Amino acid sequence: MTATTTAPVAAPETRPAPRRPSPRLRAWATRAPLLPALIFMIAVTQLPFVATLVISFFDWNALYPDARSFAGLGNYQEVLTDEALRKSVWTTILLTVAVVLASLVLGLLLALLLDRKFRGRGLVRTLLIAPFLVVPVAAALLWKHVLYNPEYGLLNGLLHYVGGPQPDWISDTPLLAVEAALVWQWTPFMMLILLAGLQSRDQQQMEAARVDGASNWQIFRYLTLPHLRRYLELGALLGSIYIVQNFDAVFTITSGGLGTANLPYTVYQTFYQAHENGLASAAGVLVVIGSLVIATLALRVVSSLFREEASRA
Amino acid sequence: MSNVAVRTSGRFRSGAGLGLVAWLAGIVFFLPIAWMTLTSFHSEADAATNPPSFAAALTLDGYREFFGAGGGASPWPSLINSLVASVASTLLVLVLSLPAAYALSIRPVKKWTDVLFFFLSTKMLPVVAGLLPIYLFAKNTDMLDNIWLLVILYTSMNLPIAVWMMQSFLAEVPVAIIEAARVDGAKLPTILTRVVAPIALPGIAATSLICFIFSWNELLFARVLTGVVAETAPVFLTGFITSQGLFLAKVCAASLVISLPVLAAGFAAQDKLVQGLSLGAVK
Repeated sequence: MTATTTAPVAAPETRPAPRRPSPRLRAWATRAPLLPALIFMIAVTQLPFVATLVISFFDWNALYPDARSFAGLGNYQEVLTDEALRKSVWTTILLTVAVVLASLVLGLLLALLLDRKFRGRGLVRTLLIAPFLVVPVAAALLWKHVLYNPEYGLLNGLLHYVGGPQPDWISDTPLLAVEAALVWQWTPFMMLILLAGLQSRDQQQMEAARVDGASNWQIFRYLTLPHLRRYLELGALLGSIYIVQNFDAVFTITSGGLGTANLPYTVYQTFYQAHENGLASAAGVLVVIGSLVIATLALRVVSSLFREEASRA
Repeated sequence: MSNVAVRTSGRFRSGAGLGLVAWLAGIVFFLPIAWMTLTSFHSEADAATNPPSFAAALTLDGYREFFGAGGGASPWPSLINSLVASVASTLLVLVLSLPAAYALSIRPVKKWTDVLFFFLSTKMLPVVAGLLPIYLFAKNTDMLDNIWLLVILYTSMNLPIAVWMMQSFLAEVPVAIIEAARVDGAKLPTILTRVVAPIALPGIAATSLICFIFSWNELLFARVLTGVVAETAPVFLTGFITSQGLFLAKVCAASLVISLPVLAAGFAAQDKLVQGLSLGAVK
């Protein structure tokens, strides 16, 4: 901060600051604004995870605090062999893959539609974004009570008009019911990312292809799709990161019943209702390992887009 | 004007059909929200009919019920809690992320990309990874059911996104302008307020709105760490999970009122929404 009083003799072209006082002092002055945020993040996110890791090696039920003992890998063994927990791992994968794929495909179709000029495009875009801007619990309540209700829900009401069946959506297809609600909320997210991708295409290249007689399908297949690849990857990975962690929809629509309990819900239930701290921590660590795989891929995609962005600037 | 129309009319005609499809898709996606809005203005008896009564008389009873007219719990304390948690954590995020973003863009530290990616990686850590220790910590320090604990947690939840977004907005400020101001003898505070702020302000505003949305929406932390005193609006909504007889209009009114701040903030930040959600990777 002190360096600003000494005006640099020659305006430097590159970013590294002119080194006047002592290099070490300067380096710390540069670093100082960063430290509060960095320390805050380490304290609030990394330390609790380390604690989770430690607790996961203990046999610890909060109702019997005196019976706490070191369990080694016992909790992990129990998590991986417990039928209900194993099922929740499978449910998490199924839920995430289904929601991400469905909302990605729908989002791509909507983005392609919105990429063209037509009357009222801005309004349609706004209508399409709206589902993403409903509070998740409110959206889940909307689907559970207002749409899915077998007696007076809107879905069965509309089916009534065409003389269709009157299914009990949540009881008959619980996982699909949760997935549909999530797809409705996440499609706008995918659409926005893919629309940004479509609009960053090289217009000259597209025009040249069209002049050369390429059909719409050829342009989509050989120009648009390769360009969109990384945006599709980004949407899929970010979507996975958010949906793997989903708690709101499962908690609200089925309360984890009927085989819809995913890992976050199971972790919540294991310590909040069953008070099994050790087990819950082990399950939590497993969620982290699962996310780590997705996260590594996601970071790679983000960094490649980031570098491209930097080289273009 | 007519000239342009003539020249592009061919493409417009082929596009008109697809424009219609787009409109249809927009309406289908919006239908649940439109229906929720309509139902919130119906009486409970009209809200629960099959087939649905589209043209039933409108009433504000659902909203009166929601705000506690029928003797139910008032939503005001939870709305105020949500407001405090969202606004306070957003302010804290700004205080922490702006200097950090400055040190990652305008006057970057060495290996600034590594630092940036560290922030991002913390966002990938699921909430359940630290939930239990945070709960135990809160229990032992008497911080359970305290809104300020949520403020801290929401700050940590949003800080990585904010640092990424702010970094990308501050990086858009041309170095040449800053250098020129410096050569002209401007001090750091002047440079920040007169040169950097005007360029970066729209981005900073959008970032704040996105942080506000995420804090307002959060359920898991709030559900585990708050009780009667610090209950937030989403936790209040979970009271509607089990059916309570005829209560559809009330549920719709509640969902709509609690979603309004998010809808407003989201539409205000529409243009920067993608950038925030994709952690700054997409512009």
